[in-house]
Formats: sequence, C-alpha cells, structure tokens
Amino acid sequence: MTEKTPPAIEIERLEKRYGGVPAVRGISFNLAPGEVLGLLGGNGAGKTTTIGMIMGLVLPSAGSVKVFGVDMAKDRYAVLHRMNFESPYVDMPHRLTVRQNLEVFGRLYGVRSIKDRIANLARELHLEDFLDREAGALSAGQKTRVALAKSLINEPDLLLLDEPTASLDPDTADWVRTRLETYRRERGASILLASHNMAEVERLCDRVIIMKAGAIADEGTPDSLIEKYGRHSLEEVFLDVARAPVVQGAAA
Amino acid sequence: MSKTIYHHDAGFSFTRVGALILRYTYLLRSSWPRLLELVYWPTVQMLTWGFIQVYVAGVSGRAAFAAGTLIGAMLLWDVLFRSQLGFSVSFLEEIWARNIGNLLMSPMRPSEFIAALIIMSLVRLAIGLGPVAVMAMMFFGFNYFALGISAALFFANLVLTGWAVGLVVSGLVMRHGLGAESLAWTVMFVLLPLTSVYYPVTVLPVWLQPVAWCLPPTYVFEGLRALLIDHTLRLDLMAEALALNLGFFALAIFAFRILLERAREAGSLMQMGE
Repeated sequence: MTEKTPPAIEIERLEKRYGGVPAVRGISFNLAPGEVLGLLGGNGAGKTTTIGMIMGLVLPSAGSVKVFGVDMAKDRYAVLHRMNFESPYVDMPHRLTVRQNLEVFGRLYGVRSIKDRIANLARELHLEDFLDREAGALSAGQKTRVALAKSLINEPDLLLLDEPTASLDPDTADWVRTRLETYRRERGASILLASHNMAEVERLCDRVIIMKAGAIADEGTPDSLIEKYGRHSLEEVFLDVARAPVVQGAAA
Repeated sequence: MSKTIYHHDAGFSFTRVGALILRYTYLLRSSWPRLLELVYWPTVQMLTWGFIQVYVAGVSGRAAFAAGTLIGAMLLWDVLFRSQLGFSVSFLEEIWARNIGNLLMSPMRPSEFIAALIIMSLVRLAIGLGPVAVMAMMFFGFNYFALGISAALFFANLVLTGWAVGLVVSGLVMRHGLGAESLAWTVMFVLLPLTSVYYPVTVLPVWLQPVAWCLPPTYVFEGLRALLIDHTLRLDLMAEALALNLGFFALAIFAFRILLERAREAGSLMQMGE
C-alpha cells in the first residue's frame, strides 16, 4: 500500500455544549492504526460524550471527528461497518437468545458466514453453554461476554469500549482483558478504551489521555505519565490530576 | 489490511431490513402475551360494536345499520389505529430493550429502520385483524373481504395515515425519551371524533367540517358509508385521501429525520432505556 493510512480516529477542536453548559471543550487527539488509547477521567469528565460523538450518536457543537479519514458528521455510513462498540448505556434485547441476538447483529453488519462466525465467537468467548438462553437471563459476566461478542461480530478495525469490565469480578475482568489483547494482536485493530480501572488501562493501553471537566488535562504513555508525576502507578497520577484545581483554557 | 468477513452495502440494504424483521419475529415468537395482545382488544371491540349494531338495527330498522356500517367502521378504525400502534410499538421495543444505540451505531440507515417498522406494522395487523375479520363474518355476517377493491383502497389509505402518525410518535420518543411514550397509545384517538368514523361528516358542526376534510381517514369512512349504503365506490374520495396521505407521509419522514437530528444534538440517544 503506497497511500498513507489515515488515523483510525482524528479529532480536532471537538466541542459539545448542552444548552450553555460545556461537556467537552475543544479537545484534539488521534488514534493511530493498531493503537490502544485509554480515555481516563472522573465522572462527568466528558469521556462518554466524546465516545458518543465518535460513534455519531451525539452531534458535536463544534470541531470534527474523522474515522479512517471519513468525516462522521457527513458520511458516517461509509465507515460504520468497520467499527463496533460496547457500552454500559446499551443492552441486548432480553427476550432474544444469545444466538438470535448475534445472528441479528451479524446480518446488520453484513457478516457473510454468520453461523460460522457465531460458532467461532462462542468458542473464543466461552458462550457455548448459554448460546440458546435468553439474553435477559444471563449473569453480569455472561452479559459482558455476549456484549463483547456483539462488538466483535464484524471483526471491526476500530473498537470503542466504554467501561468494558465495569461490575465484573476480577477473574472475569482479567479474562475480558486477555481477549481484548488477543483480538488487538491478531486483527491489528485500533481500540479506544474509556475506563475507571487504572490497572486495566496500564495493562492494555499504549497511550493515555486524562480528561477533566471536558478538557484534556494530560496525555502520554502510562510509563511517561508515571515518571512525569513522580508516582508509582497510573492510579496515583489520576488522583493527582483529578484533585488538582481546574484551570480553564489549560487543555492540551 | 486483513480480509474482511462482511459485505458492505453502501446504499439501502434489504439484508439489514431483513435483519430487523428477524429480530421482531424472534421477539413475537418468544412471547405469547404479545401475540395475544394483538388479537385481544380488536376482538373485544368487534364483539361490542357488532352487538350494538344488531341492537340499533333492530330498534330503528335503518338499512344503514343493517348494512354493517358500525362494524365496518370499527374494523377500519382498528386498521388505522393498529397500523400506527404496530409501527410505534416495534420502535418502542428498541427503547425498552435499550437497544436503540446498538442499532443506530450499526450500518443500519434510518430508511431501513422505517421500512422494517412498516413491514412489522403489516405483520401485526395481519395477526391481529385477520382473525377478527373472520369472526365478524361468522358472528355478524359482515364480510370485509367481499368489499374487494374497495377494501384494498380503504386499507392502503388508512395504513399510510397510521404509519405517518407512527413516524412522528417514534421521532418524539427519540427526542424526548419515554416521557413521550404514552403518545403511542393516545395520539390517534384525537382522530376518532374528527374523522367521522361512526357518523357522516355533516353531523359535525359546520366550522369543524373543514378540519375533518383535511384528514385522510375522513374520506375513507365517508367512502365506506357510500359503499355500504349507496353501493357506490367513490374513487374521487379515495384519490383525495391518497393525495393527502402522500403529503402527510412525506412530512412525517421529514419530521422523523429532524427529530433524530435533534436527539443527536441533545445527546438523548445515549440515555434511553426502560
């Protein structure tokens, strides 16, 4: 390939205001192909709104979001088939079985051999035992695995994950992280990960953006941030940033 | 880039419409109360109006009642109401299931979503009103299917109105959340007195009659009475209804798209659920 590959995500001066209240204040960042980028921040920092704008579910007030070089405000249908997401803000239809849900989403994403794809995902994500159970009857851990299966149904080049291990026990959470690492390695996919779990971010992410009050407070690799703040872990860095006074206009 | 496992339909995709229909079919199959609900209320309505008609025809001896104007009007009213409800409820299922974000984030286009909701409205109508039409024939001797081409024209005009209202209601729920949900069950009833379902338009006050003639179902119900009482198929009424319907349907699609954009501006698509 001779053409330069565009970033998986390219965000420029992105803003979102609800009424007069700013939720995201002119942030800019890129996600490179094959990179895993962590989006950190306390509650109300603007992470979910940012992800919503990348997905196209929330319209920006200003600025732009490009995915694989395509402006999401103008032509999101040109790239939606290459993306997928997992979020605590959505759910799978409870009355449908896991297999039925995956079949419906497989068809929506135009997956060619749906039965084979479901069988592969069921094997990889250990869904076989409850593949024909209604989604509403599953435990939290099982639901998370099903949501992960849905987010991987089309083998996306870009995966958006909002709190993918929230409310999971440590064993299941560790298992999910391992699956994500494997998927990224095998597929070369780009992943944007919003999380409150610092250990998870340290383990999975090549680079981290810390958001505060809708702006980017700091960014870098986990190691560089730990060194910069003179701390032992990303959690300590996060606490330093979170507890520092908000300085308007100081966003990166 | 490694080989993809999917086929990308850049334009309108019947595969994606089929995926949505499959989703609603699985839902209906999984829940017998949902199926029962489709038949239950139309049956109660049909029996009630059928017996009223038998009583009124016996007391007044009016040929109009004997011809089945009440039960015919009731069946057509249910076509109108159930077509809107079938559209809106399929949409609401996505809100109740917190699935709307999954759908809108997928390659599914709004036009494909609308097409699937229209098809499901027809499926729900067939399940709900098919048996009721047969029962009306068995119990009260009113054969809707014997109306032939008229039945098809009445049906087409009424479902178009129902879908237009369903589109606007769905758009309002997207924009304003489940606070607007009750509109799905109530908004159509404003048409019940205005469109002269059970009586001629001339019964309305003179000042209200122009309002009635702005509503496509009025032409259908007047057409039904002309057919049953005068044995005349009023194609002029059907044509006027169709012209109005096409205008209202285009406006409803526009409203749905605008309300979807407003919902994206307000961020309300990220906050929907049961």
